[in-house]
Amino acid sequence: MRFLDEYRDPAAVGRLITAIRAAVTRPWVLMEVCGGQTHSIVRHGIDELLPPEVTLVHGPGCPVCVTPLELIDRAVAVASRPDVIFCSFGDMLRVPGSGRDLFAVKAAGGDVRVVYSPLDCLRLAEQNPGKTVVFFAVGFETTAPANAMAVKQAKQRGLTNFAVLVSHVLVPPAMEAILSSAANRVQGFLAAGHVCTVMGTAEYGPLAERFRVPIVVTGFEPVDLLEGVLQCVEMLEAGRSGVENAYRRAVQAVGNPHARTVVEDVFEVTDRKWRGIGTIPRSGLRLRAEYAAFDAETRFAVAGLAAEESTLCLSGLVLQGLKKPHECPAFGRECTPQTPLGATMVSSEGACAAYYHYGRRKGVAG
Amino acid sequence: MRQSVRHSQAAAPRDCVMCLGVPGKIVEVYREHDLLMGRVDFGGVLKRICLEYVPDIAVGEYALVHVGFALTRLDEAEANRVFALLAEAGELDEVREGTDALP
Repeated sequence: MRFLDEYRDPAAVGRLITAIRAAVTRPWVLMEVCGGQTHSIVRHGIDELLPPEVTLVHGPGCPVCVTPLELIDRAVAVASRPDVIFCSFGDMLRVPGSGRDLFAVKAAGGDVRVVYSPLDCLRLAEQNPGKTVVFFAVGFETTAPANAMAVKQAKQRGLTNFAVLVSHVLVPPAMEAILSSAANRVQGFLAAGHVCTVMGTAEYGPLAERFRVPIVVTGFEPVDLLEGVLQCVEMLEAGRSGVENAYRRAVQAVGNPHARTVVEDVFEVTDRKWRGIGTIPRSGLRLRAEYAAFDAETRFAVAGLAAEESTLCLSGLVLQGLKKPHECPAFGRECTPQTPLGATMVSSEGACAAYYHYGRRKGVAG
Repeated sequence: MRQSVRHSQAAAPRDCVMCLGVPGKIVEVYREHDLLMGRVDFGGVLKRICLEYVPDIAVGEYALVHVGFALTRLDEAEANRVFALLAEAGELDEVREGTDALP
């Protein structure tokens, strides 16, 4: 199938590496935005195949990582209620809150369930009229269309025992925050391909123009990632900024207008706090007033819960491309996937967890 | 291509369901609760997927699916294009190598 296997072909990878070596004449720092890309890069050792001039730093695009600690605490509080069936994507269950995680709630008798699609929650709500089914609506632009449709459907079907705990974030405002920082060292971006399947590429034009950087829409397989690196390096070497698409089999410039219409119907843009980074203006989504009845934070009065982060953790600097995971003194010592101190060790997609799992404890492949 | 090098004691990381879309082939299209749905084949595993966001998709076509929703049709011509270009580059390399090898 020409959608997966060929994109791991060693011969194709070799040709792209040769082309990148031929194109590069001086040092460049590129950031891959999405945690899925970080994971693929570290798993396949792509960063080690690149010429030494090209440094990849790892971006904030991991929804599990950037969900604030207090949101996890709110999820734990809601999930602990006897009148609630709490549903989530599996990735969120292992994320520790200030006290415990959702797995611990389940172990203590709470009704916590992993769902594949948010639509599964609607069936659960219909089958369990005596309980409220609460869905943990997290993620970037890739999960927003699914989560929005679940809320829209719940309203259409007149379901009153369904609610969502929303922690949606958006990619372009985070890229803007990184580029605006005085300490920024990112010179070009590999934009998250799957986010662009929904949003298209229009949001990136003004960013590329304002900050004079190349932004290359990039996929997730080794060949996709190296194509993205090659295009980005060629643009940097030629002194060109702008937006290019290296993932055309999946991304059209217009994105998916059907999906965007439903997202915009259900959600509106709001300020959001990012774990490890802080509040970024207009960087997330919340339910519109018409759908306020489905807001779990107000229904269960948990919006006031606050939490304190570890002072040892450097994940904010890692998420902004200012530090590599192994440069943190706590990495692999106080902070491991079993005892994560912060955002980037929490999820298997987080840069620190990826380095830990693939033996990059000292920044050298094992 | 190198796969995982050395695993820690913790479970090997899985792909994040929220980040990674998975390509699947549409094998059936139907309606349920007024939603356009489909049965989609992911390498032998069939799942029920919402097709509302790719309303023109047909049985036999491929889509990228995120958390139970097809978000984009995958373009086979574009998928092949990259490899056509790389194959062309490979042939050129062979021509060059062949030329260098001449006495």
